[in-house]
Amino acid sequence: MIIARNVSKKFNGINAVNDISFEVKEGQTLVFLGTSGCGKTTTLKILNRLIEPSAGEITIDGKNILSLKPEILRRGIGYVSQNNGLFPHYTVAENIAIVPNLLKWGKEKTSERANALLTQLKLPVTEYANKYPDELSGGQKQRVALARALVSDPPVLLMDEPFGALDPITRASIRKEFLELPELKSKTIVLVTHDVQEAFELGDQICLMDKGIIVQTGTPEELIFKPVNEFARNFFSHQRLQLELSALKFNSIWSSLSDASPAPTASLNSNQSLWEGMEMLSEKNEDVLIVRNSEDGSLKEISIQTIQSVYLENKRNR
Amino acid sequence: MNEQLNLVQFMLQQSDKLLDQTIAHIGLTCISLLIAVTIGLPLGIWIADKKRVAWFVLGIAGILQTIPSIALLGFMIPILGIGALPAISALFLYALLPVIRNTYTGITGVDPAITESARGMGMNKWQILFNVEIPLAMPVILAGIRTATVINVGVATLAAYIAAGGLGEFIFGGIALNNTNMILAGAIPAALLAILLDFLLSLFQKANLKKMRKVSLILPVLLILFSSFYIIPYTSEKVLAGFTPEFMGREDGYLGLKSKYQLDIPTVVISDAVMYKAAFEKKLDVISGYSTDGRLKAYDLVTLEDDKTIFPPYYAAPLIRHDVLEKYPELQPVLEILSGVINDSIMTELNYRVDYQKQLPEKVALDFMLEKGLYKKPQSGAGTETVRLGSKIFAEQYILINMYKMLIEGNTKLKVVTRTGLGGTKICFDALTNNEIDMYPEYTGTGLLVILKPDKITLDPIIGNREKVFDFVQKEFSDQYKLSWLKPIGFNNAYALMMRRSQAQSLRIKTISDLKNYLSNENHQH
Repeated sequence: MIIARNVSKKFNGINAVNDISFEVKEGQTLVFLGTSGCGKTTTLKILNRLIEPSAGEITIDGKNILSLKPEILRRGIGYVSQNNGLFPHYTVAENIAIVPNLLKWGKEKTSERANALLTQLKLPVTEYANKYPDELSGGQKQRVALARALVSDPPVLLMDEPFGALDPITRASIRKEFLELPELKSKTIVLVTHDVQEAFELGDQICLMDKGIIVQTGTPEELIFKPVNEFARNFFSHQRLQLELSALKFNSIWSSLSDASPAPTASLNSNQSLWEGMEMLSEKNEDVLIVRNSEDGSLKEISIQTIQSVYLENKRNR
Repeated sequence: MNEQLNLVQFMLQQSDKLLDQTIAHIGLTCISLLIAVTIGLPLGIWIADKKRVAWFVLGIAGILQTIPSIALLGFMIPILGIGALPAISALFLYALLPVIRNTYTGITGVDPAITESARGMGMNKWQILFNVEIPLAMPVILAGIRTATVINVGVATLAAYIAAGGLGEFIFGGIALNNTNMILAGAIPAALLAILLDFLLSLFQKANLKKMRKVSLILPVLLILFSSFYIIPYTSEKVLAGFTPEFMGREDGYLGLKSKYQLDIPTVVISDAVMYKAAFEKKLDVISGYSTDGRLKAYDLVTLEDDKTIFPPYYAAPLIRHDVLEKYPELQPVLEILSGVINDSIMTELNYRVDYQKQLPEKVALDFMLEKGLYKKPQSGAGTETVRLGSKIFAEQYILINMYKMLIEGNTKLKVVTRTGLGGTKICFDALTNNEIDMYPEYTGTGLLVILKPDKITLDPIIGNREKVFDFVQKEFSDQYKLSWLKPIGFNNAYALMMRRSQAQSLRIKTISDLKNYLSNENHQH
């Protein structure tokens, strides 16, 4: 759990971050969203003291971050930097072993853990462990960077535009992988992005930032349907439909869907969004798909028409 | 082809020396490089972190780089004397800029995303420096070291001027002796050395980023290894000799000292520009000089008697064309007035006044003529006939030519035109035979070895004997060139070994044989 109170950062008298407060609950993902220069990256780097705050108080799991030596603090926090930051002169295995070496793990423990992570990230050990970063694709590098941040199993993970260097297609697929990764389910994650779609897919909570302050904090649904001001409204305007569909989960419109006859397979679960439902429909070229409720296991049917009508109905009700 | 064969023969014949010089050359280059890296690398790293002082440090190193290498060596001598220390210091200063600049460029050029992720993972400043920044900057740093190496191999040839050894000994010896093979025997290995070291370093550089961690370990070890090649040529020697590159290569020089005297003395090679001073400052004990050089007096040095006469006599005498003597018979007695008037020490004194007290040669000549009562007022206006006197381009000849002018104008009705500063022997001699001048002062040894160049069989029986040399050149010049050697003036401006007066006296050394005996006794005792 991360709690930040009244945090500010001044660079040469100018407030890059101005008196912001936020919380990230254990196991949740908080996304800082905003245009470049809004202070989101500064905020992230204050959390592991790559940038020292000018004012304010931050605690991680109850401990004031200023009470630790920065190096010690950072070794306990996973960090994925912009452009992956892999060491070009280290192999994949050596890159992953950096933090374990700093923590003075034994060789065996390190390689065991590294191999487990690589396997989980679909990078076969025999093939990739001894490769150098410049022999990997962008997506593979990103996965190695993630493995490097996760290797010591830190409770908190900070990610600075982790998918920023990837092309849109790789990006979408690696994001999907990311969501499904069991390692990440229990982590408290703070992620910075300028990509609205990414924020909506990954964030439990989103902090929309502008000019060093937090404009609005809330779930994707809150942000898209209840913008607090003109800025928040305008921020999402150019892809509003897609975002609204992404923000709406089947859970919240469950009652509007018609029951499905018992079927052996469900393609979707109720935690997924209407947007994902539409994607799946077009991808599989099906007229109807089955959604399973992740709580009670009940099944419902969806089609393009039903999605359209429940979406419009939902919109009218707000 | 013939030339090349000779070069190979020369190199084989001199292989001992060549090896010594090459080793010394590698040593000089590597020691200075090692120091430059030891100091330049941390300095470059430091300024990469402190941008404000970076321009200042790089500026100073840049200025050092622009000082001409000979001048830099010259600056070193008053501070550090001669030998390895000033040479290494000068080379170190040259190597410094490329090392600092490339370290700075390399470190500041490391992708900030990489150093930041290193910090973000909890590496401290030093861990980042040694595990990230230095390995990643290493290709650029190595490029700087390569530049410095090539510069140093080149500049290290100049170390021979200040008794630090190296391949410059052959190069400068060859230039002084006009011996192409000797020049090439120094120049070719120096060039090969530069190429070789550059190539070796390029291997490191190409070893790609991944092996840079190993390179940063191997390189210092190799440098230290190469540096240890260079054993500083003198450590606790009682008596040390410094000879010019020219002297080292001459039969009537170092080679003769070895063969005729069996003189076995620790020797360094040094430029004559700094040799006398180095003897004065007790950096050297025995030097090879010219016996009438003004610096002999300036630095209170004495010449050792050449008791086995390996140095041919260089007695100065007027050299004149036959037709001039026939046309103006009154000239010969006038030109022979100086004979017996000037001995070695007087000539040294006169040279000293010109070279060190910066008096004009005219004034020195006039003062001397007045002192000896030889001065007569010019018999002006009497005749229109002129004789043309020439001289080579150094103080002694200027003084002599002014004396001859006074004597001719005072004692005959002839007018005198002087053509001074005619460069070297060849120019004066050609001017004389081509009827462009009528007379100039020449040295018997020069006439013998530079102009006549007789073979060894003719040379050996006469070389040590003043009269025989004179008679030989007198006869040959007359027969071959219709030139006359008049009576020698009396001083002998030959090669000589010199020592400090105080040391020579306390060791009771007066002759070269004394020196030889002293040295072999010393060796015996040890």
